[in-house]
Amino acid sequence: MMRRPAFLRDEGKGDSVVPPSGHTAWLTSFTAAAMAFLAVFALALSLAAGSLAARWQASLDRTATVRLSAPEDQIDLQTKAVLATLATTPGIASARAMTDDEQRALLAPWFGPDLPVDTLPLPRLIEITEDSTGYDGEGLRQRLAAEAPGAVLDDHTRWRRPLAVAATRLRLLGFMSIVLIGTATAAMITLAASAALAANAQVIRVLRLVGARDVYIARAFVRRFTLRALMGAAAGTGLGMVGVWMLPSADSAGGFLTGLGFQGAGWLLPLLLPPLTAAVAYAATRASALRKLRELT
Amino acid sequence: MIALENVAYSYGGGELLSDMSLRLAPGSFHFLTGPSGAGKSTFLKLCYGELLPTAGHITLFDRDVRSLTRDDIAYTRRRIGVVHQDCQFLDHLPLAANVTLPLTVAGRAENAGDLADLLGWVGLGALAQALPPSLSGGERQRAALARAIIMGPDVILADEPTGNLDWEMSLRLLTLLTELNRMGKTVVVATHDLNLIRQAKSLVPARVLRISKRRIHLAGADL
Ligand SMILES: Nc1ncnc2c1ncn2[C@@H]1O[C@H](COP(=O)(O)OP(=O)(O)OP(=O)(O)O)[C@@H](O)[C@H]1O
Ligand SMILES: [Mg+2]
Repeated sequence: MMRRPAFLRDEGKGDSVVPPSGHTAWLTSFTAAAMAFLAVFALALSLAAGSLAARWQASLDRTATVRLSAPEDQIDLQTKAVLATLATTPGIASARAMTDDEQRALLAPWFGPDLPVDTLPLPRLIEITEDSTGYDGEGLRQRLAAEAPGAVLDDHTRWRRPLAVAATRLRLLGFMSIVLIGTATAAMITLAASAALAANAQVIRVLRLVGARDVYIARAFVRRFTLRALMGAAAGTGLGMVGVWMLPSADSAGGFLTGLGFQGAGWLLPLLLPPLTAAVAYAATRASALRKLRELT
Repeated sequence: MIALENVAYSYGGGELLSDMSLRLAPGSFHFLTGPSGAGKSTFLKLCYGELLPTAGHITLFDRDVRSLTRDDIAYTRRRIGVVHQDCQFLDHLPLAANVTLPLTVAGRAENAGDLADLLGWVGLGALAQALPPSLSGGERQRAALARAIIMGPDVILADEPTGNLDWEMSLRLLTLLTELNRMGKTVVVATHDLNLIRQAKSLVPARVLRISKRRIHLAGADL
């Protein structure tokens, strides 16, 4: 036989033994709704920060360039010096001087394919690939200045690294907010439940008198608060999702807000909030009800 | 069934009841009298585990009350029907739901025919859907008695069950209690009403307990 969870099981007249209680009911639903609403945004923020961090991390493609400008007669010499320096720098996986053809291909979009690379005083480009540990940019710069005065290190992707770290932190903050929201919800519902129990001391006395066990009395309260929290959270989640959905789309807003919202299956994630809130309400009310009942008689 | 051994009780000040020893045998019928404030209600509360003795031992259905868990006390109360002096109900539920409350909390189904019979017996058939706050004192007492016996308890403890009733209704309740006693239930009735006691003695072999000067005595035939 399939057993329904205790809070859904109804022994006869079940929770009608507890009188409908005005403001604690409203307070519980409202709290659950408001908290779920906030949680939707915290969740959206976390997910967006997560994908932002992932995107920025991926574009740190671990490459840098050394630009070398030198008089024509020294350029080969200095290129060798730079390559030698790079070869002995820890954290660098490989370094390679670009050929004239490659440089021409790089410049073609701007100057056309017929650029006479040989005759122009173009800087020589040396491509660096880091290994996973990374190298010390400032140290390398100083050594290059000593070995090859015309060499300039251009680590163009490095500026993104703090941003990727910031995005990761932001995601962490988002998750912490969700945990805090959950804790606050549990606290508020516990308070509302204890208030309801205290207000119904007479009801509890009568129930105990006719032989009701603590779990029966607790269940009547727990069931009610769980259902209220579930409904409130469903409403709050719905509103929150509509709010996220109405945010300007990635294309029109651009910049930092790009992608603040749910993508694809991500829209299913906030749907977990109502059952999660109900579970929190169930645990919180049950614990406080059983404790309170032991105090009362 | 219910046994007291050198039981004493105090609400915190001096002892209200001292050195009481008593056995309520199955199927016995007892009246409990004594001046107001003597401790009749307190005695009954000791008998259904609402209060624990401050000294001595009370045994309910062969178990020491001090060894009972909260759940055990709940189960014990299903075997003891109590009519309180201040009959308390769930004010938001109609009378019928209040009378069947012991069945509800025990997860048992009610029998509509039995309920109608019972309400008819205590003269509340027409008030099944009334809310408790709208009932008179006597109606509340009759409802409380109906609630106390709906589970078919082994013991019935009634605290002034006829306090607000006219003589005719008092006799009717007394008859109901003596009927239950003939069916083998143990009955204890706290009352000031000597006429009621005299009347009962013509119906059942009832004994009279009297609380005075902190002790409980078996009253003589002088009533
Ligand atoms: N909860 C309590 N705390 C302190 N004192 C109490 C409490 N309940 C009763 N008392 C005191 O204990 C004494 C006995 O009370 P009890 O209700 O048992 O008397 P009773 O014999 O039933 O009286 P009555 O005939 O008026 O109903 C009274 O003096 C009362 O004031
Ligand atoms: Mg009394």
